[in-house]
Amino acid sequence: MLTNDRAADIFDRIRKSSSADEVEVLFSGGKFALTRFANNTIHQNVAEENYAVSVRTAFGGRTARASTNKFDDESLRRVVAASEELAKVQHPDPDLLPMPDAREAAGSGDQNLTGEAPVATSASHSTPALPPRHFVETAAITPELRAAGVKKIVVVAQKHELNAAGIFSSGESIDGIFNSRGLARWHTQTSADISITMLGEDSSGWQKANSPNVANLDPLALAEIAAKKALDSARPQQIPAGKYTVILEPSAVLDIVGFMFWDYAGMAILDQRSFLNGRVGIQLFGQNVTIWDDVAHPLQTGSPFDGEGMRRKRLALVENGVVKRLVYARATAARMKRSECKDPVGPVEATGHGFALPNEMGELPQNIVFAAAQNPQTVAQMIASTERGVLVTRLWYIREVEPFEKMLTGMTRDGTFYVENGRVRHGVRNFRFNESLIHMLANVEATSVPVRASGEESFDMVVPAMKVREFNFTEVTKF
Amino acid sequence: MKEVASWALNVATTRGASYADARIVSQRSRALTTKNGKVGGASDSESVGFSVRVLADGAWGFAASDDASRPSVEATAAQAVEIARASSRVKVHDVRLAPEKAVTAEWTTPHKIDPFTIPVEKNIDLLLRVDSELRGVAGVTLAETNLNFNREEQWFVSSEGSDIHQTKYSTGAGYAAYAFAGSEIQKRSYPTSYGGQWQNKGYELVEELKLVENARRIAEEAVALHHADQCPEGVFDVILDSSQLGLQIHESVGHPIELDRVLGMEANFAGTSFLTIDKLRTLRYGSDLVNVVADARQEHGPGLGTFGFDDEGVPAQCTPIITKGLFTGYLSSRETAHTIGEKRSGGTMRAEGWNRLPMIRMTNVSLLPGEKPLSLEQLIASTDHAILMQTNRSWSIDDKRYNFQFGCEIGWEIKNGKRARMVKNPSYSGITTEFWNALDAICSRDEWTLWGTPNCGKGQPQQVMGTGHGASPSRFRGVKVGSAFKS
Repeated sequence: MLTNDRAADIFDRIRKSSSADEVEVLFSGGKFALTRFANNTIHQNVAEENYAVSVRTAFGGRTARASTNKFDDESLRRVVAASEELAKVQHPDPDLLPMPDAREAAGSGDQNLTGEAPVATSASHSTPALPPRHFVETAAITPELRAAGVKKIVVVAQKHELNAAGIFSSGESIDGIFNSRGLARWHTQTSADISITMLGEDSSGWQKANSPNVANLDPLALAEIAAKKALDSARPQQIPAGKYTVILEPSAVLDIVGFMFWDYAGMAILDQRSFLNGRVGIQLFGQNVTIWDDVAHPLQTGSPFDGEGMRRKRLALVENGVVKRLVYARATAARMKRSECKDPVGPVEATGHGFALPNEMGELPQNIVFAAAQNPQTVAQMIASTERGVLVTRLWYIREVEPFEKMLTGMTRDGTFYVENGRVRHGVRNFRFNESLIHMLANVEATSVPVRASGEESFDMVVPAMKVREFNFTEVTKF
Repeated sequence: MKEVASWALNVATTRGASYADARIVSQRSRALTTKNGKVGGASDSESVGFSVRVLADGAWGFAASDDASRPSVEATAAQAVEIARASSRVKVHDVRLAPEKAVTAEWTTPHKIDPFTIPVEKNIDLLLRVDSELRGVAGVTLAETNLNFNREEQWFVSSEGSDIHQTKYSTGAGYAAYAFAGSEIQKRSYPTSYGGQWQNKGYELVEELKLVENARRIAEEAVALHHADQCPEGVFDVILDSSQLGLQIHESVGHPIELDRVLGMEANFAGTSFLTIDKLRTLRYGSDLVNVVADARQEHGPGLGTFGFDDEGVPAQCTPIITKGLFTGYLSSRETAHTIGEKRSGGTMRAEGWNRLPMIRMTNVSLLPGEKPLSLEQLIASTDHAILMQTNRSWSIDDKRYNFQFGCEIGWEIKNGKRARMVKNPSYSGITTEFWNALDAICSRDEWTLWGTPNCGKGQPQQVMGTGHGASPSRFRGVKVGSAFKS
């Protein structure tokens, strides 16, 4: 693995070869392996090791970036020259800020914006207390161990006369940032993922889980749940499209709510492309919806700093259905403070959610945690209290149809069931939905205890299952 | 580079691989964007590395590294064999490869101007001129432009004796104007949405696109949409412009014909396909006018799916996919060809980069133009009542590729052969085979464009690939319109 010490040495070589006013270097990469199976057979099995260095240079309001995965002197000289050449030909950008120093990155992030003297910060403040995210056992997983995990899954499939498809992956990654103002941040973590689809003649079931610690993953248990969904949804019946009470399992909730968090960027408000333009501070969702962004949450993963090295702050984005906070990169916060939008958008400060510069999107909250309800219900309890509804395992191919009402379309997939008089009755043919995310989050009747969920339509987050009324299914497909 | 490949192949075969190939790849890209009068992003990147793919004990192994020193190459090749042996612990059948003649070859994307030789100042100046035109229209609240250049050089060497050196160029350019007012955000893009037009060409593509010349019209349309009526809901005839039809082909023909999907290999992620093997040469996919090919050859055009050889060393080919409405072919590989009775791969295996496994990808999956002369204006003139839809805004399809729904940026209600009014938020939906059987007119070659889709996602770990889709505007009878907005 690329170490912090070697990265610091590479940064020194880069800094010395640059004539820029300021230099910032990002490091990323690691080792990654993935065993893929289908038809009860491992059919793809890959491993890679790769590290990249990304150099940003700045000359008086002009900045650009160049990247390479070659660390020899000639390649580093070339990547610095490429970054400088791109930067020098630009027009100065008055919104470009000096790079943050270590104290600014650890603290409020605002001193360079206001001209106030830097505030001394304690060492403990410079890095949030993260739970362990690097596990030796996960980093040491071999192809044989992954194959043994897959074998357990396949045995479950064969027991039920099903076909298993899916992945078992593991990896170890680094993220680092150094700049010429003395900032140096480094993060390592491990990850493991298991995703399983069980296929029957006319049905399927799915489960997915991931964790920095492979010990938290149980391939057998996931396989049994996926198999049960495939068996229970066999011979699916067609029921008409229309508005139903839906019980969305956590992965389905993740799939759909993930589409709104780009709109929590201060930059999206300034660009007038957010559905939150004019809607911060009003009752937008139900009172039972409270959402945090919290990189240090025990069920979250990721590095504690953003693309400029700023400490990621814990924020209540939504409190009891009211959007209270947006996220800001440093430059976006400075622009927002000068803009006519600044009054209605809540506190404006750099929050540590910025992307690496230069970029057009600004920032994104990526460590989403839904708050637990006062009286959480299990999925079983939600089913028991439903007179007529649909239980959804996961969603698929979600796209935005209309951006301001946040109208989304997509399909149900891999385990969709009809619920009647408090019981799951049978599998149903999959639906297409067209639903406003705002409408959906205003119609949440019950939520479960939030869990770490993983899907394919959005990044992982900590979300509950949700029971939602009047969910709009517009069409039925043929299976 | 041959030395690197020989280190890898020697170790792989010595350790027991029955087949091995090595790919050494050097990629370079440049991305430039502007937003509201300023440079939004300016970046260059390069990535160099190699991979070794092996068959051992009848199963696949693959390993890749950015370190091309001899110890690293040999360790990576040994790792690939070790991984293949682990794969063989969970298998039903041994992998069978269709035979392929070994070849030594050189191939380069034909291009007039290497895009990396164009000064960045000139690139930025062009984007800012477009931006100025867009924001010169009152009501435009956000203007975004982009230019993208890519160069990929690859050496492919196999234990069967193939030795192929290939260099590919691609270029992308486009822009979008947004208008936010009241409670509505409207958007228009040029030449199409999500990054504009992309082709395997040099900088000459940018010069052909007439970016500045079209900017004011696009901006005016974005603003005008705020005053347009909502697209009506119901069953209508629909005319699709060629870029929207290109995406329709991608989603409802290109993906379902991928043989790995059909065989269940993508079931956990991208999904499967309704096109089970029994449907080959029996399914009436579309009307008699529908002729679709998957063509990777240069003579098809400079699509993102054009190459000399695929990443298994198989030469570019043209496969008839739909012939006069009948389903006639899949996208296949050396591993899958035998499942449909073919003796040879269709040559569609491509990898995103040096660190990714080649997999079946669309090449240029294109709807051939109508044979009789027919312009878009003539098609409109021959239509009593329809909705003309232009430029994709949203797209979604189920995991077997039956039920789809597309939204477009702008629509026009056609009445009595004329554009009667602009309509906003047009969308349509349907079932794949019903839709293609409803096609009753295709414009001719002079309206045909080979569009690039640069962002097709597939596989685990996910790979993004560029694909090509040729189409000319076409008419479909009795299509469900507007159900996306039905409350």
